[in-house]
Amino acid sequence: MSGDPTLERIAQGNGLALCAAGSWTARFAPMLEKMVADAEKLRGSRPNIFIDVSQVSKLDTFGAWLIERLRRSLTEGGIEAKIAGLSANYASLVDEVRRVKAEPVVETRSVSITGMLEQIGRSVAGVGGTLVELIEMLGAVLAAAGHVLIRPRGFRLTSTVHHLEQVCWRAVPIVVLITFLIGCIISQQGIFHFRKFGADIFVVDMLGVLVLREIGVLLVAIMVAGRSGSAYTAELGSMKMREEIDALRTMGFDPIEVLILPRMLALVLALPILAFLGAMAALYGGGLVAYLYGGVDPEAFLLRLRDAISIDHFIVGIIKAPVMAAVIGIVACVEGLAVQGSAESLGQHTTSSVVKGIFFVIVMDGVFAIFFASIGM
Amino acid sequence: MLGEISDAIIRVRDITVQFGKTRILDGLNLDVKRGEILGFVGPSGAGKSVLTRTIIGLVPKVAGSIEVFGVDLDKASATERRGVERRWGVLFQQGALFSSLTVRQNIQFPVREYLNLSQRLLDEVMVAKLGMVGLKPEVADRFPSELSGGMVKRVALARALALDPELVFLDEPTSGLDPIGAGDFDELVRTLQRTLGLTVFMVTHDLDSLYTACDRIAVLGNGKIIAAGSIAEMKASKHPWLNQYFNGKRARAVVV
Repeated sequence: MSGDPTLERIAQGNGLALCAAGSWTARFAPMLEKMVADAEKLRGSRPNIFIDVSQVSKLDTFGAWLIERLRRSLTEGGIEAKIAGLSANYASLVDEVRRVKAEPVVETRSVSITGMLEQIGRSVAGVGGTLVELIEMLGAVLAAAGHVLIRPRGFRLTSTVHHLEQVCWRAVPIVVLITFLIGCIISQQGIFHFRKFGADIFVVDMLGVLVLREIGVLLVAIMVAGRSGSAYTAELGSMKMREEIDALRTMGFDPIEVLILPRMLALVLALPILAFLGAMAALYGGGLVAYLYGGVDPEAFLLRLRDAISIDHFIVGIIKAPVMAAVIGIVACVEGLAVQGSAESLGQHTTSSVVKGIFFVIVMDGVFAIFFASIGM
Repeated sequence: MLGEISDAIIRVRDITVQFGKTRILDGLNLDVKRGEILGFVGPSGAGKSVLTRTIIGLVPKVAGSIEVFGVDLDKASATERRGVERRWGVLFQQGALFSSLTVRQNIQFPVREYLNLSQRLLDEVMVAKLGMVGLKPEVADRFPSELSGGMVKRVALARALALDPELVFLDEPTSGLDPIGAGDFDELVRTLQRTLGLTVFMVTHDLDSLYTACDRIAVLGNGKIIAAGSIAEMKASKHPWLNQYFNGKRARAVVV
């Protein structure tokens, strides 16, 4: 029975019958829509128009709605177009669509220049808010830490150790590998350019100062922000989405103490360790390249290194590590708790956690550079 | 216990599903008749959702065969499978609405994928579907996170019905709804079954739903169907779990 749908016009006295036949289903919807649009033009051409659906073999919501749309547009000035020959099977479906409101709600989405300007304005104004949020979180974490100091039973050792494993132990291979390679590259570039002045050996000075003071800790902090900051945001964000954080709160636990403090602590312990390992790997890589490529043998390298750097360089580097860890952790936790109900929001906040984390790490590094320069370290 | 049904829309034969060493379904047989509302009950953890997920192909089975619309899903080509999937709708327990799409986009998503329709028709039919599940068109531009639990279920049902399927799977459709809301939902399923000629496979724990909405009930226990039939047959059964379920304290509260 089911075949291509048709809509025939049959004149009946001063009236007009529109005979629908075939299968009026979603599959034929584009065709049906065109036929209905054509038939709509008949509006008002005859005093009496009705739609005969007795020959319709198959009807679904799409077909029923198109018949209803036709009926509505043919209805004019007190003359109502009628639907005739409706089989009992489809009567309730047609009744159902008849109740649909005529005007579908129009999607409101304004993409205009003013809208874009407004967005820019809002995000600029939001910068201040971000800083306040970060400081609030820092305060909350410190308060929770103080609370734990007074009442050590509230400290979650298992959780801290678990996170330490995740952010420190498991990060060692990748951190060591990348810093090793960076050390190799710095050394190779240094030798390549210094050789022009016959100053090959000074590559050791450059490598030592650069790695211990700046690159070692900065690079590791950036890697940790990408690796662990994003993980924190995603974990906390999905817990927020599934109301797990609300559940904790209703049970009388402080989410900051239970979730965030162990994570922060793990990160603050992990970053100096990783920075130290990273610095060693970079020096090793640099030394290896200096030996193989530059012909600086290991003994000369070590002697030169001892002259070139002092413990100050190492301290300057390692002092920065826990501070950067705290910045990364706080940014990640603030972003995680800001996640709203949707998957998209989780993605946005994870991205912004990494971006902001790296940004603040670099800003902190600049602040430290000024500070150490002014105290002469 | 289970007679062969000639025009079965779903035909499940000897399926076994195992997670690690735990056997969830053990040689289970089930037929669902065209046009009926089958209520599917069983103790918590008996594997009701697992069976549903196995039929729709989300959980792999160890043995057995599943035929839907006469197509053996194991032997079906990718195109045939898509054809079958287009003809069924699934309502997940938690709704499973796409959280980054609005209600409108959620409902239009499957339609847009399968059919090439004008935006006007898409919008109008979306409003019609919302009306069918008892929602106002105003919710169309809200995101799932801005909806109440009952509204999420309704929108999810509207999405499951978006392509006018012949078969819908409902996984605990009334859980989390207030009794009046749940009653409305049962009524809705009934109405839709009548108007759209649906076959409904409904996993439920709601005795009211079983009484008011279902034509037939199948009971899962020990990885098999332990009984299938009308509510009267269930009440008459001697099986201890069935007896407790249908004649227990809560069952007596349901006025037939």
